[in-house]
Amino acid sequence: MKYTIVKKTLLAPNIYRLEVSAPEIARRAKAGQFVVLRVADTGERIPLTITAADTIAETITLIFQDIGKTTVMLAALNEADVIKDILGPLGHPTEMQNYGTVVAIAGGVGAAELLPVVTAFKAAGSKVITIIGARNKDLLILEPELTAVSDKLIDITDDGSSGQKGFVSNVLMDLIAKQLHIDMVYAIGPIPMMQAVSGITKTAQIKTIVSLNPIMLDGTGMCGVCRVSIAGETKFACVDGPEFDAHAVNWVELMSRLSLYKKEEKISLDAHRAECKCQNNDASNQGEITQ
Amino acid sequence: MSTVSKGPSSDKRMPMGERHPAERAKDFNEVGRGYTPEQAIQEARRCLQCKKPTCVSGCPVEINIPAFIKQIAESAPLKASSVLREKSTLPGVCGRVCPQEDQCEKTCILAPKGAAIGIGALERFAADAERKQSAENSLSKNISPKTAHAKNAHHGGKIAIIGSGPAGLTCAGDLAKKGFTVTVFESLHALGGVLRYGIPEFRLPRTVLEQELDTLRGLGVSFELNCLIGRTKTIADLFADNFLAIFVGTGAGLPSFLKIPGENLNNIFSANEFLVRINLMHANQFPKFDTPVYVGKNVAVIGGGNVAMDAARTALRLGAETVTIVYRRTEAEMPARAEEIHHAHEEGVQFKFLSAPEQFISDEKGAVQSIECSAMELGAPDNTGRRRPQVIADSRFLIPADMAIVAIGSSPNPVLPSLTTGLTTNAAGHIIVDKNFMTSLPGVFAGGDIVSGETVIQAMGMGKRAARCIIDHLADGRD
Repeated sequence: MKYTIVKKTLLAPNIYRLEVSAPEIARRAKAGQFVVLRVADTGERIPLTITAADTIAETITLIFQDIGKTTVMLAALNEADVIKDILGPLGHPTEMQNYGTVVAIAGGVGAAELLPVVTAFKAAGSKVITIIGARNKDLLILEPELTAVSDKLIDITDDGSSGQKGFVSNVLMDLIAKQLHIDMVYAIGPIPMMQAVSGITKTAQIKTIVSLNPIMLDGTGMCGVCRVSIAGETKFACVDGPEFDAHAVNWVELMSRLSLYKKEEKISLDAHRAECKCQNNDASNQGEITQ
Repeated sequence: MSTVSKGPSSDKRMPMGERHPAERAKDFNEVGRGYTPEQAIQEARRCLQCKKPTCVSGCPVEINIPAFIKQIAESAPLKASSVLREKSTLPGVCGRVCPQEDQCEKTCILAPKGAAIGIGALERFAADAERKQSAENSLSKNISPKTAHAKNAHHGGKIAIIGSGPAGLTCAGDLAKKGFTVTVFESLHALGGVLRYGIPEFRLPRTVLEQELDTLRGLGVSFELNCLIGRTKTIADLFADNFLAIFVGTGAGLPSFLKIPGENLNNIFSANEFLVRINLMHANQFPKFDTPVYVGKNVAVIGGGNVAMDAARTALRLGAETVTIVYRRTEAEMPARAEEIHHAHEEGVQFKFLSAPEQFISDEKGAVQSIECSAMELGAPDNTGRRRPQVIADSRFLIPADMAIVAIGSSPNPVLPSLTTGLTTNAAGHIIVDKNFMTSLPGVFAGGDIVSGETVIQAMGMGKRAARCIIDHLADGRD
């Protein structure tokens, strides 16, 4: 199987969208699922959510921020280049049903992971209010796409350059304060954001689903590095998840386990940057990218 | 009773040379050096060439042991290797990792005298001779093993093998030899299953595995990587794609944990995770390879099987100052091969017996700092015949460890069974098969650790018998 990049787009500074030929994965991918990929023979395996699957073009869409060596290498690939290995679709798909009113929340690049889920909720008849947040206006992604599938979209930025100034959790608190009836909250993004959302909805007694993204190796249940504590019980995010009841997640443990290889991740990235001077992290240098 | 023919035997077994423990514990090169040709011939000549060989009855894949040994005695190791290949898809692997002392060598007629023939070492010798020859051939004549057997006619229809571990590879090889068009589906990016991700290179060099895979390619077997059956494709998809029968050999890929407090602290690994990082992802070569691995100063490995020994010896090779096996029974009850325990001792692995972890204790950063254990004593035998360990009251003590590896076994990988409607499993998650290795789904067979068993050779034996059953099943269908 050859996983050829058929289209590459720069969505925002350091955030890329790749459409990759992967007929079998495209045929079976559902909202909430992910792939594990490897860029080079010496590379590591990393999980990425499937943002979209096109069964006619036989492609899947991956959106990511180049924050580590593997994502930097992935971002350096161009159209017609090949991704070494892609395994998927992995994990349980999002349960599709009419939940009533759903508030769907994403932080940062999490918006990419939220898009298929919101699309699925909407298709199943739910009313969806989507909240997306980012550090600033430039980093807000997929706003038109999410607007198209949501009943309402609210954006917010840390610096107030788009929408209100603040965090997605502030918006959620406002909605609850205004006594909006919410049947379910779905959140995906950085751990502190999901933890904050979970805290709010626990108090408000609103069912909340989060999609977790711990460190993974094989992605098939074989290694257990992605284990998370859910209501005191160990689960493997790769095969038991990635979605879990937010109120049952041990956030402190998850945060701690995510930091396992911070030092090595930096060594890897620094060594790669030193070796490959082309990667100066400046979007304006990415000549072949269609904005 | 076997008829024993007289051979020019000596009553001592030829030992196989090994690298010095201090030297080998620093790298991932193979421990055993293998017999020299002279040693092999001398050992092979000890074989009594029994008319009714008892050794063969101890071999799960029914190798004609006296016949291959005879060829070695007659200085024809390549012919010996051909004899092996009649029955075994993976002789180079078996010669290294089979527990011969519990199988063929146990039933060798010389075993009661404590001088069983070194069947494993001889098997390895013959397989290695073949590998060297084939490497030379491809260099000198530019004939790759891929084309060597390409004339193999495919007339028997398509068979799918799920999982490229020992069970799947054996089943694939036997079916390909019978003319079937065999495709092996593997979820990882590299082939071999536990032979790739589990067994360390110092016990099984990857060149040996590559050679066995090349032989299969030569038989016309094709391989599809990155394909998780159940997710990427389903069993139903495979039948729709005209596969006539399917063999499931997905292995015991779900690591067990102790289910005690603190188990998810940082720097606590399943043996699977630790070994996958090293064997599959080459974390020992970080940052040349991108996957990192933590290496503690004081490493505790919990468990007493071969995987525990592999993990402990790997941790030593990564530079851990102390590596301690923590086991709740005594050395006598350890399920690991005697040879592996011996090698671990030699290399400096320490053993803490009669110790059962009760909880992992955290440092201020959320990483493991020590393991609180209970001291144990042995009571009455349990259903495995081993004396059951029981806790001594008020005996808790601490084992300092900044890294812990849990190697207490694994259970069947649930991905395929849970996603395949109508595929019946037992309470432990094993796929249930009938005496013909057929599952509850017609045309779907299973073998290896997903069904039962725990060693490479047991899995191979099941793969082999399942191949025969698949052929019979398809022949019946044509009547």
